[in-house]
Amino acid sequence: MAFLELDHVTKYFPNPDGAGEVCVFRDVAFGVERGEFLTMVGHSGCGKSTILNIIAGLETASQGGAVLEGREIRGPGMDRMVVFQNFSLMPWMTVAQNVRLAVRSAYASWSRAQVEDCVRRYVEMVGLTGAENKRPAALSGGMKQRVGLARAFATEPKVLLLDEPFAQIDALTRGVIQEELVRMWTASRNTVFMVTHDVDEAILLSDRIALMTNGPEARLAEIVEVKLPRPRSRADIIDEPEYARLRSHIIHFLVERSRHLQEQALAAGALRAHELVSAR
Amino acid sequence: MTPARQERLRTVVYSLVLLATFLVIWQVIAGTGGKGAKAAGIPGPVAVAQTAWVMLADPFYDRGPNDKGFGLQLGYSLARMMGGYLCASVVAILVGVALGSSPALFKAANPFIQIMKPISPLAWMPLFLYTLKNAGQAAVLVIFVSSLWPTMANTAFGVGSIKRDYLNVSRLLQLSWPRRFFQVILPAAAPAILAGLRISIGSAWVAIVAAEMLIGGTGVGYFVWNEWNNLALNSVIFAIFAIGMVGVLLDFGLGRVAKLVAYSD
Repeated sequence: MAFLELDHVTKYFPNPDGAGEVCVFRDVAFGVERGEFLTMVGHSGCGKSTILNIIAGLETASQGGAVLEGREIRGPGMDRMVVFQNFSLMPWMTVAQNVRLAVRSAYASWSRAQVEDCVRRYVEMVGLTGAENKRPAALSGGMKQRVGLARAFATEPKVLLLDEPFAQIDALTRGVIQEELVRMWTASRNTVFMVTHDVDEAILLSDRIALMTNGPEARLAEIVEVKLPRPRSRADIIDEPEYARLRSHIIHFLVERSRHLQEQALAAGALRAHELVSAR
Repeated sequence: MTPARQERLRTVVYSLVLLATFLVIWQVIAGTGGKGAKAAGIPGPVAVAQTAWVMLADPFYDRGPNDKGFGLQLGYSLARMMGGYLCASVVAILVGVALGSSPALFKAANPFIQIMKPISPLAWMPLFLYTLKNAGQAAVLVIFVSSLWPTMANTAFGVGSIKRDYLNVSRLLQLSWPRRFFQVILPAAAPAILAGLRISIGSAWVAIVAAEMLIGGTGVGYFVWNEWNNLALNSVIFAIFAIGMVGVLLDFGLGRVAKLVAYSD
């Protein structure tokens, strides 16, 4: 069994039109090995953020579940930490206070000096030294997400969950922070589960990429391995033939197959419903 | 001159014109001169200003129950009000947080709050006097009731509309109850709570004057009533302005606090 295992997870949401439920995704099963960086790619609405939230313990699966180190995930815990798309920093706290809140939660027994030392180290790691006493409102999107990364890495979680972490950051800054993430991850070797719809980002960062078909009735279609040597930088990998091959494979999937496979799934679902009715 | 400065100048001029108009109308209503003109009607601005001068020159004297300095009376009122207001605020914030955290509880309690809200706090006075047998404590309790509901309703609203993200982060970080309360819920809801506290201190200040008129003894409310019994309308009018000024200062103070806890994301 893998370090982090998703065991045939299905999620229903109440139908927005009123009656009944909609199946967002069905039977999603995969494992993430210790120290692995796995990214899930798919269109909006395929439920990839919901899968991340199920691992985080913020949401529950309708069927199946997530298992971390052989234990079923039943709620949030300090062994997992999320970096959010919208940063989710406490706006009334300064940069240092935001990181400190996390550090003090992770290491309740630490002395004040230990906590301060840890906060300083992670603030420095993301290049925010000098901005410790600024509030999030005074920071750019890129700087806010640096705080988000510092907060998450500082708790040294077993699994780091990245929920489209760079989607709200301008393209130029995004590249810089992605490489900072590569550096931080290389140093810490956390297990990472990331969700994104940025294909280049997925290839740059991941060991494996899980491709989701479109929702509703989304499925995990396949998992592709990224065989590019590490450490990677954007400038290096862009000329690799493997990069071009992967990129075109994933984009083809997203443009055509993800919808095609969904239609098959929906047809199968309709058929199943029909069978159920006629069996009665 | 920049447009912004022109605008400011215009505001000042309008303000002065309003003041002048008010004083003129007052003077006309007051009749001739207003000096010692009890028979001729209410005193004019000049007479009131003279009274104000005398009273403000020696605000803290104490010559027995019916003759205390105005500053002293204000002090009594403020102390009484603060007692009731602070207790009410603590209770209202705690209850408000509970209501805001649970939509079911809020819906269950809301009808009762809606019924309590429009009741003039003074309507409770006889009941409080009967149960407490102490006029001073009854007045404090009236203030307590008067400043309970706005803070409670605003706190419940503020806590109920805290962004999910902040709560999710505190769940992920497994914050203990006290830390969740003091580091996330209170600061997140602080702007709404302060808005409630501002309304509450206003209604508390309104209620204290009326309550003191009823209970007598000390305070600005009693002072106004006492001066009315002496037919000293100069003092009554001065006291009215002074009550207004204190109300503005209280609101201004809480406004400053509100600025401190304001945040934008």
